[in-house]
Amino acid sequence: MDSHASVTNLPDSAEAQAHAPHGEVEHVHPTWSTYWKVALILTLITVGEVWAYYVPSFVASRAFVPTLLILSALKFAIVVMFYMHLKYDHRLFRVLFTGPLLVAALTLLGLMFLFGHLFIKVM
Amino acid sequence: MSASVAHTSAPAHHHYTTLGLDSRKVAIWAFIGSECMLFVSLISTYLIYKGRSVVGPFPHETWTDPSTGHVYHPILNIPVTSASTFVLLMSSLFMVLALAAVQNKELPKRTRGERILGNSRLWLWMTAIAGTTFLGFQAFEFTSFVHEGLTIRTNLFGSSFFTLTGFHGAHVTAGVLWLVTLLAIDYRRGLGSKDSLLVDIAALYWHFVDVIWIVIFTLVYLIK
Repeated sequence: MDSHASVTNLPDSAEAQAHAPHGEVEHVHPTWSTYWKVALILTLITVGEVWAYYVPSFVASRAFVPTLLILSALKFAIVVMFYMHLKYDHRLFRVLFTGPLLVAALTLLGLMFLFGHLFIKVM
Repeated sequence: MSASVAHTSAPAHHHYTTLGLDSRKVAIWAFIGSECMLFVSLISTYLIYKGRSVVGPFPHETWTDPSTGHVYHPILNIPVTSASTFVLLMSSLFMVLALAAVQNKELPKRTRGERILGNSRLWLWMTAIAGTTFLGFQAFEFTSFVHEGLTIRTNLFGSSFFTLTGFHGAHVTAGVLWLVTLLAIDYRRGLGSKDSLLVDIAALYWHFVDVIWIVIFTLVYLIK
């Protein structure tokens, strides 16, 4: 299903520009077909994760946990970049999201090293 | 497929930051950043307590109660949760299609496909229904866990699991209510491209709820 939307017909953009002398007012977002492709990729990755869960030899291997973590991080990044438009939006939004996310990830790592056992299993 | 979906991040008659960004969008990103901290604290708690429950039922292992001899099977139902995960992933697709439909409301729709893609009510309904379906799966899961002997007071797994997934479910519930308000606006006066920021903010929240579930699904359900 194709879309032929163009970057036109943006009401108020002139007024917004007047209020926003330094900022990027207008952003180009992915196409509808990109959204469908992203959904397909997310579904395939999820199917791969669940399939991996049911393969005993893979579950017993050292690659199981890192593989699932990488696939999960990949899905996370795809949704954030394409569906939340962080790839296309203003960099301030990237800072507002990745800053706390980084702090949160470091907190999680610190807590795991202090009290957890996940990384012992990974390593 | 070279066309792009138009988007303006700063409609008129609203407050702007010195960067020319709408304050509400800055606020929702700051809120999402703070929500990352909340969910990481809950996920950390779950992971720290993982495997440290003294009594069952356990998520991935069979447990026999020494006092009664009753055998508790692994409690997590991966096929059901996989289905609910798929539903939530699809809800993100519906949400982004709803946003694109609102942003391009004024564009002419020539084909049947363009009319379907440009129907904001359809995609908002689909998102709300998918969110409600996810909540239904969660209600089923919680009910079956309680029937199998796992409550929030049973063991460390139960406490951390119900707290984590319960908080996520509460966020999904708030998201569904938010979508219903958008639908009410759409039915009352119609959502147009001038309202795209309203839908954009709701969409950001909804996608955030989705990405949190992506993490929970892997860490809680799949990693044994």
